[in-house]
Amino acid sequence: MSAEQQATPYLQFESIGKSFPGVRALTDVSFAVHAGSVHGLLGENGAGKSTTMKILGGEYVPDEGRLVIGGEPRQFRSAADAIEAGVAIIHQELQYVPDLSVMENLLLGRLPTRLGFVQRRQALAWTREKLDALGVDLDPRAKMRNISIGQRQMVEICKAILRDAKILALDEPTSSLSHRETEVLFRLVRALRAQGKAMIYISHRLDEIFELCDAATVFRDGRKIADFDTLQGVTRETLVQRMVGRQLDDIFGYRPRELGAIRLAVRGVTGYKVPAPVDFEVRAGEIVGFFGLVGAGRSETMRVVYGADRRASGIVEVDGKPLPATDIRASIRAGLMFCPEDRKEDGIVGVRSVAENINISARRNHLRAGLFVDDAKEAQTADDFIKRLSIRTPSRRQEIRLLSGGNQQKAILARWLAEGDLRVLIIDEPTRGIDVGAKNEIYNVLYALAERGVAIVVVSSELPEVLGICDRVIAMCNGRIAGQFAREQANEENVLACALPEGAATANLRRN
Amino acid sequence: MSQTSPTLSSSERPVQATSWLRSAIDDYSLVLIFIALFAVLSGTVQYFFSWDNIVSVALSVSQIGMVACTMMFCLASRDFDLSVGSTVAFAGVLCAMVANATGSVLLGMVVSLAAGAVIGFINGAIIAKLKINALITTLAMMEIVRGLAFLASKGQAIGVANEAFYVLGTEMLFGLPIPVWITAACFVVFGVMLNKTAYGRNTLAIGGNPEAVRLAGVAVDRTRIVIFLIQGAIAAFAGVILASRITSGQPNAGEGFELDVISACVLGGVSLAGGRATISGVLVGVLIMGTVQNAMNLLNIDTFYQYVVRGAILLAAVLVDQLKNRRVAR
Repeated sequence: MSAEQQATPYLQFESIGKSFPGVRALTDVSFAVHAGSVHGLLGENGAGKSTTMKILGGEYVPDEGRLVIGGEPRQFRSAADAIEAGVAIIHQELQYVPDLSVMENLLLGRLPTRLGFVQRRQALAWTREKLDALGVDLDPRAKMRNISIGQRQMVEICKAILRDAKILALDEPTSSLSHRETEVLFRLVRALRAQGKAMIYISHRLDEIFELCDAATVFRDGRKIADFDTLQGVTRETLVQRMVGRQLDDIFGYRPRELGAIRLAVRGVTGYKVPAPVDFEVRAGEIVGFFGLVGAGRSETMRVVYGADRRASGIVEVDGKPLPATDIRASIRAGLMFCPEDRKEDGIVGVRSVAENINISARRNHLRAGLFVDDAKEAQTADDFIKRLSIRTPSRRQEIRLLSGGNQQKAILARWLAEGDLRVLIIDEPTRGIDVGAKNEIYNVLYALAERGVAIVVVSSELPEVLGICDRVIAMCNGRIAGQFAREQANEENVLACALPEGAATANLRRN
Repeated sequence: MSQTSPTLSSSERPVQATSWLRSAIDDYSLVLIFIALFAVLSGTVQYFFSWDNIVSVALSVSQIGMVACTMMFCLASRDFDLSVGSTVAFAGVLCAMVANATGSVLLGMVVSLAAGAVIGFINGAIIAKLKINALITTLAMMEIVRGLAFLASKGQAIGVANEAFYVLGTEMLFGLPIPVWITAACFVVFGVMLNKTAYGRNTLAIGGNPEAVRLAGVAVDRTRIVIFLIQGAIAAFAGVILASRITSGQPNAGEGFELDVISACVLGGVSLAGGRATISGVLVGVLIMGTVQNAMNLLNIDTFYQYVVRGAILLAAVLVDQLKNRRVAR
């Protein structure tokens, strides 16, 4: 309260709303960031933080509400508008030209020239001076590709400052930094705070939020849940509770069931991106959740188990029968099937029809003369699943990319149900980017499968989802299984504590 | 305008339903354009609308048409093949040489087709298994195979004494030249393959999203290799027919052939981004190319201008396709 009375905030989000086809991303989001402060944004994946940042950065135009910067309402139509208004967003994926020098990247498009020739010496001196002023120790002549990720991030931040940014937003900046690099980053952030910049800081790591942020806003399901004008006296538990707490049972509708024998056994599996051996088992009718931060190695492990990526060592057994390594078709024949994390990139064939997407795998089981597609049967299969899973589409002939995320996911589930002999289903991020209503439908499909004896592995970055639908939760951290919890024992605190790397910023396993 | 179906909940946005007429025009726009073009040319260009001329158009595009059928698969799976022109020349030379050496034209054909299949297999294996860019791989293969054609023939056109060699390219069957029949058969066979077989459907799906198709358990690498293998064999077949038509195996035959074939496919609405192709489109693409060429010849337009016109038509076709896609993507 007191902070708000001291000064009008420099940046205000006023009742921002944003929808995408099939998904409501943000609803009535308002919060304020003061000049000379670091404002933390907290929330799970899909809570609306990134959408908010994209609106601030001019990438999305909000459907409702407005931004007020320095007392003036602003409407950004493009990223250029936002930069013009003094907004700089440092994304997780940095945007730089790897083969140019630090100096050239800093001065991209603005190199001092004379008669069309670059004035190199002048540019170098100027860059050195600016880097010194920011307390950044970097050789301006070094190629971007030859410096560390942390240093590249510094360059990116300096670039924003040199453009005279007044608002600086950092999205998960420490996810790929070492401990030392994180300290350097924090020093820079504090220096910028002292210079009066208004800063937004997004991180999964609560330690960092407590260490760095003056205030914080918590997001959940596209809404603002809570504002904290100060973090003094606020406990970690309070924040976690605000991030995840809700009437979970309504959405999840968990149904307990009998478990059978072990269906999937994974023993000592390693691969290129799975350096440490992974062991786990799943029983018939059991839903096991894999929770962890992005980059914890969950998806990578599952891809190796399925055979999508090379298995270097270890055994995968379905109903006691070992599967050959790195053989997707053998996995499918054995009843082990996989719904990938990134539906658009790895799941659907966007330009093909719903029917085609449903039948693409099972097709090979009922070809006529080993060659010809049985169109009548495929049409019937497609219509059948469209009805059973209530896939909302004008017809089976519709191109699947035009469907909403939830319906695309249902079509991919139908693809495996059409195979007939589904025994083990690995589903990665089953409801990412999917509406609450459709989420519930997907969960119900999973329960129905489990009741039929299918062993299900759910990989998810949404803790409430894992806690809400799974019989058992396995937490992964830095490529290893860090802990297991039976449903009754698992709660937000102990699973999250298990999944978070020790300390403020342990070097994380990088994705890709 | 979009229409909301009452069964959709408010959270699930309705999907656009274009009107029936609109979609019919979209689907058959190429055919309509070709019919219009044909009508205009028939009315304005002397000698164009005669049976003999129409047959000669069909004959002139018969080799391009054959290979366009297989190139359609290649492009639909998001690949590319520049080596077909060289394969045409090499196969023609090889067939003539084997026919001369053994006295059997049939053996020459078989050897040529096998050689084409091997060339295609190498292309496919390098692209699918070693993950080398298709453009580079087939560009290299184009040079290599052209070189082989010159080496094998010592740079000379190779004539064939055996009369049987000319049958394929010059004889008539039921009033049409044999090459036209063969091309028609290719369109039927590959049309059925594209639409009715798992191979064709998978080809389109691979072009749409190769990784998703791989994860769905389709043998993506094998399918891509088969696409190139068939392409090589058909290109070789086209080479044998061409050699028969021009009565000798010529090492410099089919230069620029690959670009004509790809142009015809693109003109026929095959998406270079993969996933979209229709056999009727490719047929119309081939016919448009042949018809325009023929009309320009009848009008005595300078060859130099013909290049410009063909390029302009190709650009226009791609632009129209782009505009169409942009509207769909909205």
